[in-house]
Amino acid sequence: MTSIILLSVFGILNLFLGFMKSKKALLPLVLLFLLVVLGATVYDWGQNKTFFNNMLAVDNYTVGFTAVMVLSTIFILPFSRRYVVGEEANLAEYYSLLIFSLVGGVMMVGYENLLMLFLGIEIMSIPMYVLAGADKRNILSNEAAMKYFLMGSFFTGVILFGMALIYGATGHFYLVDIANVANNIDPNMAPLLLMGILLVLIGITFKIGAAPFHFWTPDVYEGTPTLFTGYMSTVVKTAGIAAFYKLMNVAFPAVYQEWFPTVVAITVLTLLVGNIGAVAQTSMKRMLAYSSISHAGYLMIALTAFNDRSENAILFYSLAYGVATIAAFGVLKYVADERGSDDYSSFNGLGKTNPLLAFVMTVSMLSLAGIPLTGGFFGKLFLFSAALEKDMLWLIVVAVLMSAVGIYYYFRVIIAMYMREPVGARVAVDPFAAFTLISLVVLTVLMGVVPGLFSDLL
Amino acid sequence: MLTAFLILWPALAALLVLLVKGQSAKKVAFGAALLELVVGVWAWINFNPTLSSPQFLLNEPWVASAGIAFKVGMDGISLLMVLLTVFLVPLIILASFKNDYEKPSSFFALILFMQTGLVGVFTALDAFLFYFFWEVALIPIYFIAALWGGADRIRVTFKFFIYTVFGSLFMLAAFVYLYFQTPGTHSSEEVAFYQLVLDSGTQSWLFWFLFIAFAIKMPVFPFHTWQPDTYTEAPAAGTMLLSGIMLKMGIYGALRWLLPVVPLGVSQWADVALVLAIIGIIYGAIIAIRQHDMKRVVAFSSISHVGLIAAGLFTLNEQGLQGVMIQMLSHGVNVVGLFFIIDIIQRRLGTREIAAMGGITQNAPFMTVCFMVLMLGAVALPLTNGFVGEFLLLMGVFRYEAWMGAVAGITIILGAVYMLRMFQRVMFGEKNEITQAFTDLTFTEKAVLVPLVVMVFWIGLHPNTFLSISEPAILNLLEVIKR
Repeated sequence: MTSIILLSVFGILNLFLGFMKSKKALLPLVLLFLLVVLGATVYDWGQNKTFFNNMLAVDNYTVGFTAVMVLSTIFILPFSRRYVVGEEANLAEYYSLLIFSLVGGVMMVGYENLLMLFLGIEIMSIPMYVLAGADKRNILSNEAAMKYFLMGSFFTGVILFGMALIYGATGHFYLVDIANVANNIDPNMAPLLLMGILLVLIGITFKIGAAPFHFWTPDVYEGTPTLFTGYMSTVVKTAGIAAFYKLMNVAFPAVYQEWFPTVVAITVLTLLVGNIGAVAQTSMKRMLAYSSISHAGYLMIALTAFNDRSENAILFYSLAYGVATIAAFGVLKYVADERGSDDYSSFNGLGKTNPLLAFVMTVSMLSLAGIPLTGGFFGKLFLFSAALEKDMLWLIVVAVLMSAVGIYYYFRVIIAMYMREPVGARVAVDPFAAFTLISLVVLTVLMGVVPGLFSDLL
Repeated sequence: MLTAFLILWPALAALLVLLVKGQSAKKVAFGAALLELVVGVWAWINFNPTLSSPQFLLNEPWVASAGIAFKVGMDGISLLMVLLTVFLVPLIILASFKNDYEKPSSFFALILFMQTGLVGVFTALDAFLFYFFWEVALIPIYFIAALWGGADRIRVTFKFFIYTVFGSLFMLAAFVYLYFQTPGTHSSEEVAFYQLVLDSGTQSWLFWFLFIAFAIKMPVFPFHTWQPDTYTEAPAAGTMLLSGIMLKMGIYGALRWLLPVVPLGVSQWADVALVLAIIGIIYGAIIAIRQHDMKRVVAFSSISHVGLIAAGLFTLNEQGLQGVMIQMLSHGVNVVGLFFIIDIIQRRLGTREIAAMGGITQNAPFMTVCFMVLMLGAVALPLTNGFVGEFLLLMGVFRYEAWMGAVAGITIILGAVYMLRMFQRVMFGEKNEITQAFTDLTFTEKAVLVPLVVMVFWIGLHPNTFLSISEPAILNLLEVIKR
């Protein structure tokens, strides 16, 4: 709750900071804000409080995922030091929009009531529609904003429709009450409830970019300024999957048998589409878009497993995936800005011209591919463990095969960086961004060597 | 603590080496590897060879709530593998002294970093820890081969990497499955896996999940297709690491995590595995005869030799398994020596084509002696190390199934054909304009080859030094398998 208040206040304050003369002070101030928010969030650890007539809960689940989201934002922002989209004029507004979006994220992980979930989704999405089009003069950015907005609003409608059906079937908006009614649902109402669940499920699937509702992802990711793409594929996704899991875990455990086949089908399809789609890409940014689809698939494995390991697995994986992805987007931003293209080929020879950037990218790719010594390995291990505890061996076989495919496209970047001749001069990186990149690497390796620190928080 | 030091010191030293600029990196790396050797020998001295249980144990919680431990220790099997590693790595570093690689500090740091992974694999007593080190060893060798390798390195090493990771992911899945079969709060420790009683249907598929990972690493026919190209394209040090030590990870893995964990699966599939291994023996040898490139001859000969070791694994009798142990050491020593000699020749002549050479003996008598000893070790002449290993292995296979032993025995004849043929064409005959100016070994090169030659005779003349280390552990392993 404190985090929602603080974020809202800081967001508005920040708008006024835009009038300041010294634009240089903006980023440090925002980061300071966010650190305060992070501190306030973590301070709530171990308490179980509810607010707004029990519509919002602050428990460890909320705190954990909020912390991951705020931390991710803190890691993303330093890359905006030089510029966001080529002009510095609107920086304050962009920062504010990100902060407002975070407010929605907090609501999405803390909700106890479907209305709160809906509000959270909207508050999170609307700033993102704007930020997708932040690069006003770029036609691709315009296209991204348009596509994201149209598709996003449509699927918000689907979610709302689903919630209405659930309300119709159960007479409640509170998750706990819904669960009680769903436990012994009137057979006449059962189809209504299941239809409602299906529609909400489809809507959230869209938000986290899982197949078959993933079609917007590559185009939107490609057009959106890289900084915000990083935010979209980490923070938005974390909020989405956390909300998804909470909904199923609190409201609908009784009808697990009914929604399980749908979720499994989505999971497998997402793994296939994400990984196989990524292989064919020539643009690094589009590859990362498909890779984010595939990681949505891995995260959903925990949802299909649906046991006491799932929560921790999702949290760990979200953090590991977020950290690695932000590092990848960070490096991509600098390289693409300098070399004018986000194709694989613009990474050629980066190992020679910028050993640091290449190293960061390598660690990040290894983590995304799930190779030991990185957080991504334990992330995958925990997810697979959750599923195997449920004896879903065949699902793990699919996931293993797809991980092997993943290695193929992640390593193409490494090969380009170290084994091809440089295509351009050294890429300039400001020291603060370099420091952030190094911190991300340290965190990734830390998660890969002493996973115990992060693995059992919930 | 000793084990932990052996694991962590090379990684630490790798970081130190990274800080060193220029050509002095190799000296620092060599020093670090020597220290590791000294500590390894110290462990050997303090090792009690009568015990079958792991010694120098370190057991710290790693992911405490999940029951995953950082548990390392050495029984006789582990100790032999660790000794092989700490013995070969300094020699491999020394062997690379004369090659002017770009970015020497990265190159030598990667070698040391790989040593951490290797020692970790050989000492890990927790399945997930084992997997962790298994992959940790893979990353540096990929970069060594891909950055400093030959012309076609990108494609070849990529194939190698994907192939091996693909296999090991199945091993990981099997480990997670086994982990959930352990009682209580679950444990991934070796002993917990050894106590599992699974029905034979489950063990049957678990066998393949595990076997594929190990078979790709060794490699056993038909999973060998990455090997010849990777050995050929990798730089000399990379080839030595791959063939001398890394290949043993697969065999060791099968010994530790396949045979005792799914004994029923092994008994169901042992015949298939043995036949595959024996096909590999003959297949590798026949292809080796047809090669024109020295490096490829030794690469295919390695498939043949490893086939025999793999066959020994599945005999499940004492001779077979002890043969596996001694032959792992012998093969490591011989193949590293042979690849080094090939590298020396290539550095001087700029080619590895057998047809282009001849008459090197006249210029380089010292090298001829070393080459001959190593070559005779590889063809298993009595008094050399290869003889002891192959004899035990063939005896083991023979006891398992007589006709298999007979077919596998052809390896000795075929081995003599390709090795002697290569040796004769390269070393004897008339000098030509390419080999005219060949010079004999330098001091550094002698410093690498002499210890290897000494080892060939040591293992050949007094194998008991090493067999007695592994014997209690092997007998204990057989007990576990027969449970």
